[in-house]
Amino acid sequence: MELLLFNAFNGLIQGVFYALMALGLALILSLNSAINMAHGGFLVVGAYLAYTLAPYLGFWGALVAGPLCAMMLGLVVERLLIRPLYKRQDPLYTLLITFGLALVIEDLTRTFWGAQGLPFAIPDVLNSPLSSTYFFLTGYRLFVVAITIVASAALFLMLRYTRLGVRIRAGTRDLETVAALGVNIYLLRLLNFGLGCMFAGLAGVLAAGILGLTPSMGSSLLMPSFVAIIVGGVGSLWGSVLGGLIIGLAAGITTTYYPAASEAVIYLIMLIVLVVRPRGLLGQEGLFE
Amino acid sequence: MRRVALLIAFWVVLLAAPWWLPLVGGYTALGSKILIYGLAAMGLNLVLGYTGGLSFGQAAYFGLGAYGAGMTLKYLVPSTPLAILVGTLVGGAAATLVGPLLMRRRGIYFAMITIAIGQLFYFVAVRWNVATGGEDGLAGFERQPLHFGTHTVSLHETTAYYYLVLACFTAAVALMWWLLKSPLGHTWVAIRESQRRAQFLGLKTDRYVWASFAIAGFVTALAGALNALLFNFTSPEDLHWILSGNFVIMVVLGGMRNFWGPLLGATLFIVAQDYLSSVTDNWMTCIGLLFIMIVLLFPKGLLGMVARRARAA
Repeated sequence: MELLLFNAFNGLIQGVFYALMALGLALILSLNSAINMAHGGFLVVGAYLAYTLAPYLGFWGALVAGPLCAMMLGLVVERLLIRPLYKRQDPLYTLLITFGLALVIEDLTRTFWGAQGLPFAIPDVLNSPLSSTYFFLTGYRLFVVAITIVASAALFLMLRYTRLGVRIRAGTRDLETVAALGVNIYLLRLLNFGLGCMFAGLAGVLAAGILGLTPSMGSSLLMPSFVAIIVGGVGSLWGSVLGGLIIGLAAGITTTYYPAASEAVIYLIMLIVLVVRPRGLLGQEGLFE
Repeated sequence: MRRVALLIAFWVVLLAAPWWLPLVGGYTALGSKILIYGLAAMGLNLVLGYTGGLSFGQAAYFGLGAYGAGMTLKYLVPSTPLAILVGTLVGGAAATLVGPLLMRRRGIYFAMITIAIGQLFYFVAVRWNVATGGEDGLAGFERQPLHFGTHTVSLHETTAYYYLVLACFTAAVALMWWLLKSPLGHTWVAIRESQRRAQFLGLKTDRYVWASFAIAGFVTALAGALNALLFNFTSPEDLHWILSGNFVIMVVLGGMRNFWGPLLGATLFIVAQDYLSSVTDNWMTCIGLLFIMIVLLFPKGLLGMVARRARAA
């Protein structure tokens, strides 16, 4: 029983990272009409820059700086590489260019910081277990969950109540009309891409504290995030979060009984969802079909 | 007339490859590898270029073909033709089963599902240690001599194996050419140009997309099986989404709208990869930059540009 709880909780933490990644991916998917294969790259950039800056800024400063760095890189990438491709209707090209970018980022990370994993120090305040029976319930893990809840709540409030958020939501429905109403959609898409990358960076810093830093940490989190979006339903941000948590939890529980299948189970869940409910749990009907 | 001459010249060049490849600094196994990856890319192009489905998980069927062939040789029968056949059938059957899940979807969604499903097979190969060798890959099998009645042909030499690859390549390419000239091929193009219009004409577009995906799966799996026998080895890398991306860039680099484009793209890509990985540790960065340059500068591919210039002249 304790083992089950332990693994389930581990899975839930993993699911939190999937959910954060999937949120950013889903934002970019809906407004920039792009599958961002480099999303794992932005995660890695956020994590490694936080690691590098932590000696100067401290943990808390790095926690803010990492996501901001990922966002800055995202803004540059959107402006230079993604924007020229909007006029080519085919999503193939954004897919390929971000794919190439993902290779470049992973390889350069390996060159600059080395292929070996690096530890990311977290403050002692957060690191102590809260209970001796449930040793896995460290403060840091709860902190990760709390930050994720705060960040996603902030995102939803922003999308609901601010002018930028309303425009982003309107743009995912009908970009042409939004443009006709005088909104600068290039700026809108730029900001949206940066926002998505910021979430990747946040996931990176938080994950670094638990999993440590490796150049391939991004690409290993990327695929499950796709699955989270598919399971949750394309076009629904809540769905992406839900999907991420579900597959993380399922992977954790599977670890208890049949560890070899803990990765494959994620994809099996996706297959089942695709058969039973093709548009995903919370997806809108007819979108992307 | 000119086309026939070109085609004959092309095949003479391929047949003579074991002689001229070493003269330009290549080697025969590189020639086999180019034909194999070219075949996989041409198979992918049935979906990507001709039907307009963004298949981004083609490596899964390549890898299944490779594991199918390797495991047949290792555990079942020591027969090269049977291994190739089983590999092709395994990969193709998997694509056929997956097809219905994505035949109704288009664009981004099609791409996401193909990528994600590919990962399922990847993790099976990595985790099913006992049978697949896990992360280390599957080794311990060897391509066997061919028997024609009393006559035996050893495939041990890379040159002999090159001709087997060339024979399979020729057969698969002829089949694809014939399919694309048939009403089926024209229907695929019609779906690519406008799925809705094709539906209004009463075509059940789902089924044609399915057929396209399944046939592409069989062709890619054949290439994968040949690849496993070329190196007498296969690893989870052969199923990874990085390889899927490489296949797509081969197709785009050569020209998606062109029958021979993917072969040209595969040739350039394999040669570039072979060369770059021997001169720099950061060859992945170079390949990534190559991706970016191709998308920004040659979106229509090399043969696409040639065709456009010819039309303009």
